[in-house]
Amino acid sequence: MKKEIMIAGFGGQGVMSIGKSLVEAGLEEGLEVSWVPSYGPEMRGGTANCSVILSDQLVGSPIVYTPTELIAMNVPSLRKFENDVIPGGAIFINSSIIKEEVLRDDVKIYRVPCDTIAEELGNGKVSNMVMLGAYIGATKALDPDTLRTMIRHMFAGRKEKLIPLNLEALQRGLDCVQG
Amino acid sequence: MKKELWKGNEAIAEAAIRAGCDCFFGYPITPQNEIPEYMALRMPQEGRVFVQSESEVAAINMVYGAAASGKRAMTSSSSPGVSLKQEGISYLAATNLPAVIVNVMRGGPGLGSIQPSQADYYQATRGGGNGDYRTVVLAPCNIQEAVDLTQEAFDLADAYRTPVVLLADGMIGQMMEPIVWRDIPKRECPPKDWAASGRNGRDKNVFLTSLLIEAADCEAHNLELEKKYRAIAEKEARWQERETEDCEILIVAYGTPSRIAMSAVEQLREKGIKAGLFRPITLWPFPEQALRQLAQQERVKSVLTVEMSLGQMVDDVRLAVNGAKPVYFEGRSGGSIPTVKEIVDAAERAWKGGL
Repeated sequence: MKKEIMIAGFGGQGVMSIGKSLVEAGLEEGLEVSWVPSYGPEMRGGTANCSVILSDQLVGSPIVYTPTELIAMNVPSLRKFENDVIPGGAIFINSSIIKEEVLRDDVKIYRVPCDTIAEELGNGKVSNMVMLGAYIGATKALDPDTLRTMIRHMFAGRKEKLIPLNLEALQRGLDCVQG
Repeated sequence: MKKELWKGNEAIAEAAIRAGCDCFFGYPITPQNEIPEYMALRMPQEGRVFVQSESEVAAINMVYGAAASGKRAMTSSSSPGVSLKQEGISYLAATNLPAVIVNVMRGGPGLGSIQPSQADYYQATRGGGNGDYRTVVLAPCNIQEAVDLTQEAFDLADAYRTPVVLLADGMIGQMMEPIVWRDIPKRECPPKDWAASGRNGRDKNVFLTSLLIEAADCEAHNLELEKKYRAIAEKEARWQERETEDCEILIVAYGTPSRIAMSAVEQLREKGIKAGLFRPITLWPFPEQALRQLAQQERVKSVLTVEMSLGQMVDDVRLAVNGAKPVYFEGRSGGSIPTVKEIVDAAERAWKGGL
C-alpha cells in the first residue's frame, strides 16, 4: 500500500493539520510516513499545501509529484493539482465552495460539502475533520478508530469539550462517502 | 523504542539539547526558524543559555566566546546568514575551538529564495572564511539521521577541537518524519584544559588567539592544524551505499536529492538498468577512497552526480573518480528540486554515454 496525498487549500482551512492527522494516525498503525509542507512565499494569504505519504515500505522521495489522491479545499488548489493526479486516482472536493467541474474523467471524484456540514455542527473550523473522515472512509487507508483515539488524545485536557464535536465531524465525513 | 513524529528543525534543536548543548545563539531566517524558536522555549527550561542575537555576525562571535570558555555552543542559520558567519568560523577553526554550526540551506546567491538548495557545498567544504582550514561537514538525508548526526557533531567537535557544520537542506528542516531517540555512542573527548574559564590555579591565564603575527609561527600553527585535518580525513569519512553490489551506473547524491535518487534507482532497475547509489554522509572529509574503489570496478560504466545546485560536489566526485569513468551531472538550482524522472532520464543518458 502506498498513498501519495496532496492536500491543498487557503491558509486557515486546516490543510496542514489534515496532513498531520494522516501521518500521526499512519504512524500509529505502523506505516512508514512523511509530511512535507509547502513553505514558499505563497503561504501568506494564498494557497497552502502539504504532501503526505503513507506506505508499507520505507519512504524514498518524500515529494509527491503525482498524487494518488488530491484533497482540494478551494478552487485554485483544484486547478493547480488536478492534472497531476494519477489515472485511476481520486479527487476530494470541498463542494461547499467549489462549484466548478473537474476536468478529468479518469479519476474518482468525491464531493464533500465539508464547510456546510461543519457549519451545521456549529463550528466552521471542523471542516477539515469532515474532509479527513471522507478521505479515510473512501480510501480505507486508515482505520476510523485510530483517528477517533487520536482525536481523544489531541483534545485531552483543557480542550476536552471539543472531542464530541470533532468525533461527530469525522463521522459526518465518513457518512458522506458510505452508502 | 517508540517512533515519534518530528519536524526536522525541531528535531535538530532537541537533539542538540540531548547532546548537552550549553548555549545557543541565533538570528531568525527561513527555512530554519523552528530551531531558534524551539531553543527559545527549551533552553531556559533546561537552565541553559538562549540568546537571540542582533545579527548572524553577533551570534557566531557569541559562539566563539562560549566555545572559548569551554561550553558546548551552537548556532543555526540558513545560507545568506551562514555567509555572514564565515569570519567567525575561520576564527573558531584557527583557535582550535569546538562548535556546531547548522546550515539549513536555501536558494542563493544573495538573498535568493527560501526553498531547499545545496548550493553552499563549496562554502561548507572549502571554507567560506579566510585561511587554510577545514570544517567537518555532516549531511543528513532524513530526520533520523539529522538527529543522530547533530548529537554526534558535538562529540566530533570536542574530540578534534574543531567547528562542525551540519549541512541540511530546507526540505530536511521543514518536513516531518518518524524518528526514534536512541543513544548515540559517546566519544572519548579530552578534558577542556585549554578553556579560558578563569585561572583556576593554573600558572598562567589561558590566552586563546588566532593572531600569529610572525610568518614562521603562523606556518607552524597551520601545520599543526593540517595534522589534525589529516587525522580527521583518515578516520571520519562516512558514506552509505545502496544497490551498488552489481551496479553499472553509479549515482552520487547527498541530502534530499539522495532520497529522490533512490526512488530513481528503483525505477531504473525496473527498466533493467542496474543503478546504484553512493551517498556521502560526511562531505568533508569526502569519502574519496570508497568512491574511487567503487567507480574503478569494471562493471561500473559511468557516474552521475545529482545535486540541488548547478554542480559543486561533482568536483569532489571527479577528483575521486580521477578519470577512471565518465562523470555526468544533473542538478536544479535556486530552490527547485530535481524530480525522479529527471534523474532517471539523466541516468539513462549517462549509462549510454559510458557504454
